[in-house]
Amino acid sequence: MESAFKIEGLNAFYGEKQALKAIDMEIPRKMVTAIIGPSGCGKSTFIRCLNRMNDLIPGFRVSGRVFYQGKDIYSKDVDVIEIRRRIGMVFQKPNPFPKSIYENVAYGLRIQGMRDRKRMDEIVEESLKKAALWEEVKDRLHTSALNLSGGQQQRLCIARALAVKPEVILFDEPCSALDPVATAKIEDLIDELKRDYTVVIVTHNMQQAARVSEFTGFFMLGELVEFDRTEKIFTNPSSKVTEDYITGRFG
Amino acid sequence: MRDLKERVFVALSLAATLAGILFLSILIIDVVMDGASRLSWDFLTSFPSRRPGKAGILSPLVGSAWIMILTALFSFPVGVGAGIYLEEYAGKNRFTWLIEVNIANLAGVPSIIYGLLGLGLFVRALALERSVLSGALTLTLLVLPIIIMSTREALRTVPFSIREASYALGATRWQTIIRQVLPAALPGILTGTILAMSRAVGETAPLITIGALTYIAFLPTWPITFTGSFPFVEFSLQGLFDPFTVLPIQIFNWVSRPQKGFYTNAAAAIIVLLIFTILLNSLAIYLRYRYQKRMRW
Ligand SMILES: Nc1ncnc2c1ncn2[C@@H]1O[C@H](COP(=O)(O)OP(=O)(O)OP(=O)(O)O)[C@@H](O)[C@H]1O
Ligand SMILES: [Mg+2]
Repeated sequence: MESAFKIEGLNAFYGEKQALKAIDMEIPRKMVTAIIGPSGCGKSTFIRCLNRMNDLIPGFRVSGRVFYQGKDIYSKDVDVIEIRRRIGMVFQKPNPFPKSIYENVAYGLRIQGMRDRKRMDEIVEESLKKAALWEEVKDRLHTSALNLSGGQQQRLCIARALAVKPEVILFDEPCSALDPVATAKIEDLIDELKRDYTVVIVTHNMQQAARVSEFTGFFMLGELVEFDRTEKIFTNPSSKVTEDYITGRFG
Repeated sequence: MRDLKERVFVALSLAATLAGILFLSILIIDVVMDGASRLSWDFLTSFPSRRPGKAGILSPLVGSAWIMILTALFSFPVGVGAGIYLEEYAGKNRFTWLIEVNIANLAGVPSIIYGLLGLGLFVRALALERSVLSGALTLTLLVLPIIIMSTREALRTVPFSIREASYALGATRWQTIIRQVLPAALPGILTGTILAMSRAVGETAPLITIGALTYIAFLPTWPITFTGSFPFVEFSLQGLFDPFTVLPIQIFNWVSRPQKGFYTNAAAAIIVLLIFTILLNSLAIYLRYRYQKRMRW
């Protein structure tokens, strides 16, 4: 098994408050890794360390190392912009830009300076197809993205992330604002994506973690309690705390 | 008991609101009754004159247009730039804090103080004389704090999730601001700018202070003139350095004359000024309305 991320002794702080404690973890390449745990345990903090989105929060700092393909993404000579382009992210609440559907998907290409209109049309179509949204929007690409339903908006956000051809996609509870039908669509999509991408998904939904992932990490109070194959976590966890959590005895 | 208190309070608030509207209506009706008969095409296209019946507002109208356009051209880029810097780039330190407090205070400084500043700085020190340029620069100083503050306000209303989405796709801070934040904030910024302009169009004190004339029978040189020979068009910045007058000053001048005829002229000019202001404010309200409808996240 080849790993995409290798995390060593990662601590994260919001000001004085420590949100992650000495995390060691290896996230496999081209597989789906689920992150579960009770609310406030640091799942979002952790996943946002993987593409340095937390840099935007004043007072946030990390120590320890996060290697991506052998390179520490927190070392001085790393280009954050490049990291975020290669490691895409989909957020909990769909957050399309207040622009047309087309412009939402094309945005990542435009900021890289792409001018070739034909190539851009192709990539937009291809990304929308991968995100299983093309059929629903192909006749209204130039209408506002804000008129789409929540589930469609979330798939648009996925298409937008795919358009810049990332290697990894991070999902932070992508379905928590969606109904079961829309959720099923996103899950199918994630299953498709793992053929080409490394996927990390934070979820509150045990069944979802069990359905979509190969590996699962269980966090509690800022610590990684257990990290293993998903079957193992859900059938025969090593830790008593994990077992209590997945059987719903707390959390 | 509580019910009674509430009713009294509602009644008082209503009375206060109605009183405001009532006085405004009386004022408008009075002005319209005095001046409406004087409004005509001739009135708009004649120069001021010694004889009230022949006098018009051509030079103050054109002067006001010059001043407004230049003030907008100067204050918009500087104000928006400063707003972006303070909101998006400036660190949270004492220096920034000092600037912020000062801008907030400047917005409340009486306008005549800006006139004195303009007189000292533009008219005298920079030797721009009592020109259109001096007037526009002085009003630029006056509206700048308002534009800076409304820009910051508008930038702050752009949700963080939009910025996040942009950064997550590998955008730089500059790209995020120029391509996402600023367009989303633009209607709010424009609204603030227009309201600032509608304040500037009615300003009299600072322009009198810097020495705008009260009687002018010519116009600033047009920036573009068409000629009979090649290249058929000439551009000139001479107008910037010509003397000028504006509507409120003309009105001020007319009401201080003893003749009844000038009083009528003043009322007519006030109607024109009011229409100008109402148009600007309606535009601002329209933009705000469009903005609220289009931007719901
Ligand atoms: N911007 C912030 N400033 C200060 N503290 C924060 C901030 N964001 C998160 N925290 C704290 O860090 C801890 C971990 O938060 P995090 O959002 O990572 O949890 P989570 O596991 O994603 O929770 P949830 O399941 O509710 O999304 C919490 O105690 C939270 O209060
Ligand atoms: Mg979270």
